[in-house]
Amino acid sequence: MSDIAPIRFRSATEETPLARWALIGIAFAGLAVLVFAPLIAVFAEALVQGAWAAVKSLGNRDALSAIKLTLIITAIAVPLNAAFGIAAAWFITKFDFRGKAFLITLIDLPFSVSPVVAGLCIVLMFGSNSLLGGWLVAQGYHIVFALPGIVLATMFVTFPFVARELIPVMIEQGRAEEEAALTLGASGWRTFWTVTIPNIRWALLYGVLLCNARAMGEFGAVAVVSGKIRGQTATMPITIEMLYNEYLSVAAFSMAAVLALLALVTLLLKTLLEIRHADQLSAQRRH
Amino acid sequence: MGRPLIHRSPMPGLGLSMGVTLTMLSLVVLLPIGALLWKGASFGLCNIWDTVNRERVWAALFLSFRLSFFAALFNLVFGVMLAWVLVRYRFPGRRILDAAVDLPFALPTAVAGIALTALYAPNGVFGSLAKELGWKIAYSQWGIFIALVFVGLPFVTRTVQPVIEEIEREVEEASATLGATRLYTLRRVILPMLAPAAMTGFALSLARAVGEYGSVIFIAGNIPLVTEIAPLLIVIQLEEFNYDAAASIGIAMLLISFALLLVINLIQVWSRRRIGYV
Repeated sequence: MSDIAPIRFRSATEETPLARWALIGIAFAGLAVLVFAPLIAVFAEALVQGAWAAVKSLGNRDALSAIKLTLIITAIAVPLNAAFGIAAAWFITKFDFRGKAFLITLIDLPFSVSPVVAGLCIVLMFGSNSLLGGWLVAQGYHIVFALPGIVLATMFVTFPFVARELIPVMIEQGRAEEEAALTLGASGWRTFWTVTIPNIRWALLYGVLLCNARAMGEFGAVAVVSGKIRGQTATMPITIEMLYNEYLSVAAFSMAAVLALLALVTLLLKTLLEIRHADQLSAQRRH
Repeated sequence: MGRPLIHRSPMPGLGLSMGVTLTMLSLVVLLPIGALLWKGASFGLCNIWDTVNRERVWAALFLSFRLSFFAALFNLVFGVMLAWVLVRYRFPGRRILDAAVDLPFALPTAVAGIALTALYAPNGVFGSLAKELGWKIAYSQWGIFIALVFVGLPFVTRTVQPVIEEIEREVEEASATLGATRLYTLRRVILPMLAPAAMTGFALSLARAVGEYGSVIFIAGNIPLVTEIAPLLIVIQLEEFNYDAAASIGIAMLLISFALLLVINLIQVWSRRRIGYV
């Protein structure tokens, strides 16, 4: 901006400069205390005994197994939820049926259920003293206090993420392009891969990004179903809790720092998507 | 007038997409919630009431709801202001500020919990300052309030931001030409336009805070009747393998969530009727 004019009149739709800078100041101060300070605290506490102590605390067997478990859970839960999101968005935006609004409400349901209640639901359904769970345990399948339960709990809390990003974008894009491809003789799958996917890929990536961040960091729901067995069902957030409660502060904050770094990468990618592919994200994400 | 259940469409993939959607929705979400309700039904309404109707449970539910309300209220005011600053003003660091708003969504709750505790504990950076003033933040209700403000921070800003972007400058100009001061325009023209979105954000933030667990338990101190939140009570019952009691409190919380969800939907219906957008 090369503004040469020395005198500038305030437009009638602007606040006074004083009010403007006061508001900007409050915004910075508020976010500094509420958001930046906790973020800095994570790294400061992790590095309190130096970088070497922090790195070393991540190298032991339990820490590595927690990291591995979290990666496995995410690798199962996120693709499944992405597949669900695509299917649900296709069903909702390409067809007209009764009860559509109700279906969307049901898909959004996990966002308004407490993660602890979500975990409780899964314990009650698959726990060894429930009807289904008892039968499964008799067959030798353990769901609760084992990997499948943690995956289910993670899927529950991250269920709406991808569908929510895709539905508004696909409504905006309409059906005309797919209809054209079909008229020209393309098969259903070909239309999907060559017309729909290129149109929704950035929104899909955006949803997967959010889903992934939440899946790796989920605590409440997983805490209820995991049983917190060290080296077996303790995910990274669960390990943070255990270490913290044992007053192993550096180890707890080092693992927290790994997750915080991941959160920062997520925010960076998300911002990049918002800047570079705004036109292909849902209207809410353009700013 | 028999509207068909599903309109005929040349689009392929109806069976597959409907099948995947409904199967996964049932398996992951609906059946587990059904299991909770089933557990409640077999335990009996009277027994549920007896379980919930105890001082400790009421205290926890009331605490969760009250502090969530205050936290959402704080986020309502700060969030609308933040959205205004981010959309209307251009200043260095705006992008970073805008990205930072989403940090509470991206940062795992357990990480936020221990970080806030480190800051606000009596030997922490903010905690020691507050201690000088005789103010105890961590391990008191203030600590819970701060954790709930943190987790609910993005909701109002993110719902209000797109609405501010949509506002036509002409409306503000009209108001100014008619002699309104800037403050009057903001109060009587802008705020009413933002109200529905802000209320939606408020309700979302409230719903999130009521169910929040991870970021709160570290900073709360978890003293029964004083700083014990409702989700923690469920965890405690589960650790004692008291599934009936856990289910009862779970159902109570589910009802609160559904009520909030209903309120959110009503706000959206109302605002759509009134101004035509959410």
